[in-house]
Amino acid sequence: MRHTVTVLVENRFGAFDRVANLFSGKGFNIHSISIGETEIREISRMTIVTEGDDHIIDQVIKQLNRLVDTLKVVNLTEHHRVERELALITVTYQKGNLEEIKNLADIFRAKIVDINNKSITVEVTGPPEKVNAAVNVMMPFGIKEMARSGTVALKRGEQPKPVKKELLLN
Amino acid sequence: MKPTEKTMSGAEIFFEALKREKVEYIFGYPGGANIKIYEQLYDIDHLTHILTRHEQGATHAADAYARATGKTGVALVTSGPGATNTVTGIATAYMDSSPLVVFTGQVQSHLIGNDAFQEADIIGITRPITKHNFLVRDIRELASTIRKAFYLANTGRPGPVVVDLPKDIIAAETTFEYPDTVDIRGYKPNYHGHHNQIKKAAEAVRNAKRPLFYVGGGVIMSNGSEELRVLADEHGIPVTMTLQGLGAYPGDKPLSLGMLGMHGTYWANRATGQCDLLVALGARFDDRVTGKLDTFAKNAYKIHVDIDPSAIDKNIVVDLPIVGDVKHILAGIAAELSGEELDFTEWRAQIDEWRAECPLSYEKADGKLRIPHIIERISEITKGNAVVTTDVGQHQMWTAQYYDFVNPRSLISSGGLGTMGFGLPAALGAAFGVKDRPIVNINGDGGWQMNIQELVTVKHHNLPIKMIVLNNSFLGMVRQWQELFHKEKYSFTDLESSNPDFVAIAEAFGIPSFSTGDVGEVDELLDKAFNKIDGPVFIEFKVEKEDMVFPMVPAGASVSEMIMERLNPKRMV
Repeated sequence: MRHTVTVLVENRFGAFDRVANLFSGKGFNIHSISIGETEIREISRMTIVTEGDDHIIDQVIKQLNRLVDTLKVVNLTEHHRVERELALITVTYQKGNLEEIKNLADIFRAKIVDINNKSITVEVTGPPEKVNAAVNVMMPFGIKEMARSGTVALKRGEQPKPVKKELLLN
Repeated sequence: MKPTEKTMSGAEIFFEALKREKVEYIFGYPGGANIKIYEQLYDIDHLTHILTRHEQGATHAADAYARATGKTGVALVTSGPGATNTVTGIATAYMDSSPLVVFTGQVQSHLIGNDAFQEADIIGITRPITKHNFLVRDIRELASTIRKAFYLANTGRPGPVVVDLPKDIIAAETTFEYPDTVDIRGYKPNYHGHHNQIKKAAEAVRNAKRPLFYVGGGVIMSNGSEELRVLADEHGIPVTMTLQGLGAYPGDKPLSLGMLGMHGTYWANRATGQCDLLVALGARFDDRVTGKLDTFAKNAYKIHVDIDPSAIDKNIVVDLPIVGDVKHILAGIAAELSGEELDFTEWRAQIDEWRAECPLSYEKADGKLRIPHIIERISEITKGNAVVTTDVGQHQMWTAQYYDFVNPRSLISSGGLGTMGFGLPAALGAAFGVKDRPIVNINGDGGWQMNIQELVTVKHHNLPIKMIVLNNSFLGMVRQWQELFHKEKYSFTDLESSNPDFVAIAEAFGIPSFSTGDVGEVDELLDKAFNKIDGPVFIEFKVEKEDMVFPMVPAGASVSEMIMERLNPKRMV
């Protein structure tokens, strides 16, 4: 199963490497990894999309917590969350396909951000599934280049009430 | 403390910081990038520097010093090759959770990344084999970084920490301020186990019919041996130990089942299979212990006590985890159960039956010289009280089986990484840390040649190390696997035609040296080594070439598929 894990790390030389190293060294999968600043300057937030069964994810979380530069690890999969990804997709511009690309882009609330006589670049933002769908519809036009940011995610303000263990057992 | 008014150089700060950390010995080797530290060292008298003859030797020595004393071991090396030579030593310490701080020289800050002379990215290289590492980028952070390095190395689950020191940082000047406390917000080890979990553990012991303590190196590291002894002795609970755990409970007492696992005793492995409560104490369910995971202690309620949360449920899912310091938790469980009368007589009688059924044994009738006999004699002559370092392989397993370790911090051996070449430098590190007990290095003819240069260091300091090489002219453990599992293709394990004259080598270093292949001379030579000659002694025993270590559980097999002797797989149910 896919899991979205966020990791708050010290914004310090080598902190990113330690996390990336951990995944390769322990043989954990990474679908995407993104890192950026948070509201606190000395802290960075990494969002990692990984895959594994419960046992592996348990180890991923424990091993991440074990790193000295790691401040907090949350498996967002267990929470209500907002997930977003950005993709830039450059497709071939041919006479007559501009209108169609524009229409399809509109459906995904995507924008055309660059155009010349050979290519059109579309920017699409949204949950990863939406970005996947947008990439799929652009494919017939001939994708020349693509860049995806990887997922970033935050917990929603409103969370589901925790289910009591006893209830689950009954 | 308040900062000093006068500025100090990086090198001065370095030694002032080591003084605050009460460092007595550093094991090291000078070079271009750390020359300024050595310049300062020339005038330092609050610690002793030991010059090894290879940086790997320095790192193993510092590691062993830490294991023998519980203090943090310190190594100091130069950049590039000096730093990369420490890698095996650091990985060895990491796998066995030994507290070690390694200071590596580095090229000047502005040259980093330029492929400068003797430059290596030691921070990148050692990242997966250290608990943490630091590149000091600002002289104002030097003192606090050293403080953090020592704190990280020897708190929580101990481990090696590397501090990389660029040459210009060592030469720069600043005022000195040593932090009184350390606060690393991402690192807060939990020492006190959860009270309810401790109560539940006590309850599990109370309800058990066949409890077993499975003890790892964590008990020794946390200095919890006394607490373990009190708890096991009061209620008569049997104890089995891992290689790193040997000595945590006295090996000569009836409650000790000796080592479990691949080359563990028959009765320890049977007890593991049959117990209804397994209490893992500072142990990590290593594959050499468990064999096939899904058959390991399959009927037992499992409790796992460890200070490292990531060790819990890593290999085996347990019923009751307790995160915290083993020493505290053992004391907590003992307090809960104190005064209660628990009766495990039947269980102990069962274990004794197994013990009688398949005792450890080796061929004696033919009068040939065999390793188990020599180790038994060393154990008897030293009364189980020596600090024994080993290399890796057959002699290591036989040492674990036949030497009765009665004290903690007695067996110093590379368990996790299995590093050949560890034994000799480890013995010299231990010899600086422990001065009131005999120091023995038990080695094989293969491992002996891997850090043999440290004979110089042993001789130079006249260290009273008794160096025993058990020469079977083979890389014995690999040979054993080749015979059992690899079609008897003895590929590159026969050293007979190429082995050097070991006595001549040791003599060349100025060390009294002896050799024999006669079982009748063993006692006389050991008596000479342990009772007649004060300084270092070298003895080569030419032993039977093709002996194998039994019992043996083949890798990945269930413990029930234990092989008891050559061509006799014994099924245990």
